[in-house]
Amino acid sequence: MQSLSNRAKKLEVKPMTLAERAYLPAIFQGLSITMRHFFRAATKKQITIRYPEEQRPFSPIFRGLHVLKRDEAGRERCTACGLCAVACPAEAITMVAGERKKGEEGLYREEKYAVSYEINMLRCIFCGLCEEACPKAAVYLQADKMAPPRFERDEFIYGKDRLVEPTAPDARSARGIQLTPEQAAALAQRMAQSA
Amino acid sequence: MIELPTLGWQSIVIFVVFAVSLLIATYCTYAERVIAAFLQDRVGPDRAGPLGLLQPLADAVKLFTKEEFFPAGANRALFIMGPCLAMITALMSSAVIPFGNVIQFGNNVFNLQGIEVNIGMLWIFGIVSLGVYGVMIGGWASNNKFSLLGAIRAGSQNISYELAMGMSLIAVLMISGTLSLRDITLQQSVAGEWHFWNIVKQPLGFIIFLVCAFAETNRTPFDLPECETELVGGYHTEYSSMKMGLYLFSEYVNVFVASAVMSVLYFGGFNFPFQYELRDWFVNSQGWALTSAQNLISVVGLLGLFGKIFAFIFFFMWIRWTLPRFRYDQLMRLGWTILIPLAIFNILLTGGLILGGIIK
Repeated sequence: MQSLSNRAKKLEVKPMTLAERAYLPAIFQGLSITMRHFFRAATKKQITIRYPEEQRPFSPIFRGLHVLKRDEAGRERCTACGLCAVACPAEAITMVAGERKKGEEGLYREEKYAVSYEINMLRCIFCGLCEEACPKAAVYLQADKMAPPRFERDEFIYGKDRLVEPTAPDARSARGIQLTPEQAAALAQRMAQSA
Repeated sequence: MIELPTLGWQSIVIFVVFAVSLLIATYCTYAERVIAAFLQDRVGPDRAGPLGLLQPLADAVKLFTKEEFFPAGANRALFIMGPCLAMITALMSSAVIPFGNVIQFGNNVFNLQGIEVNIGMLWIFGIVSLGVYGVMIGGWASNNKFSLLGAIRAGSQNISYELAMGMSLIAVLMISGTLSLRDITLQQSVAGEWHFWNIVKQPLGFIIFLVCAFAETNRTPFDLPECETELVGGYHTEYSSMKMGLYLFSEYVNVFVASAVMSVLYFGGFNFPFQYELRDWFVNSQGWALTSAQNLISVVGLLGLFGKIFAFIFFFMWIRWTLPRFRYDQLMRLGWTILIPLAIFNILLTGGLILGGIIK
């Protein structure tokens, strides 16, 4: 049959030479290859990332744990419109809307706000469609945090206590996976480059 | 009539050899994993203790606390006897290995050796052949097809390779004219001729012996008896807990003994280059007594022998993580149609060279 790509290689079954049949040269070749790897592993820095101590830096566009943002005045941006819940393909988001009372203007930006807002992290597929759907720029998937493993299922249902951005900026990384200062610096640099 | 100091000394040496064999076997498990990791660009165990050096301890705790499982229909007595026998035979063979030359305290001269017998080589050969019974009994008593197949493989493999191994030894015997491992070692220490190790006279015999040693210790590429891909776990499929641990341990003790035997038979044992020059230098230039200089040489030789043994153990592991396992028919073909004729040819060659006066 004619070859379509003209890249087919014709193989011949040749009788093995004496060196090949003796098997020893091949053994020595194999031994030298493994010894090269042995010295490489023993002398150079290994490529293994030792997880609890070292962590692989996140990609700048990594979609991690959600956050409900506050505006510049520290008010919650979410107005409980429900667009994120509608957009969510995994139906992970539920919320209860409520009306802002008098005197709560410093807490919530809009007249309507989310009394409760829950994301089930076991359902969530971290696609980021909620982020795209949000008209108030309230929900974001953070690039530097993951939903950490837990022992109980109900611990994966994140309420407002764990989703809303803390007012103090230092407390932001109190939960979830933390970056080392070097990793955070590297991430900031890479984000600045890509921006 | 054995005098009491000698007897006491022998018991001390035997106890130390026993402890050292176990210690080396323990750390072989660690070394194997680290070497395997390095050969494959990995890190290896590094969690338990500094550099993971407590890993064998953690493994032992794990093995001791695991469930002791007896398969239904297994012969309990034989099931327990299997790993015990494997371990006993593995440990017994190191008793006759001369780990060092003599040490002299006053008028008492002590051998750095468990027991000096004039049939040391036969002793090791016999004990190693007994070792396969541990595997066979364990595999048979498990009441499991895979175990039985592994045991049968172990039996036929060991018989096949013992033939070639024995015949490669005959060539060594023709040169040395003695079965005593100590005498064989001392013959390789002709003053000023350190290069007269048997490897120079018996390169072909050494290669045959090496290949057979791999087969006898059931190490890759000849670990057909425990071939995971075909036989689940081979002869120790049904074993758990420390009984499993004993099988694994006995393999490492066997590797240690095989390394020691190869060092003694072919690589001069406790001899090392320029030992007599070193001794004479201590006596003549430093003004040491002859006995203390000799004692020093013995200790250095002991360390040298262990260096050779560790080099061989490393080689065993290096091979293990380089070569894939043979197919069973390839194993048999290699044993019967290549190694045995080669060993016979080696005997004839050695005989011819001795007759021609080229080697003695």
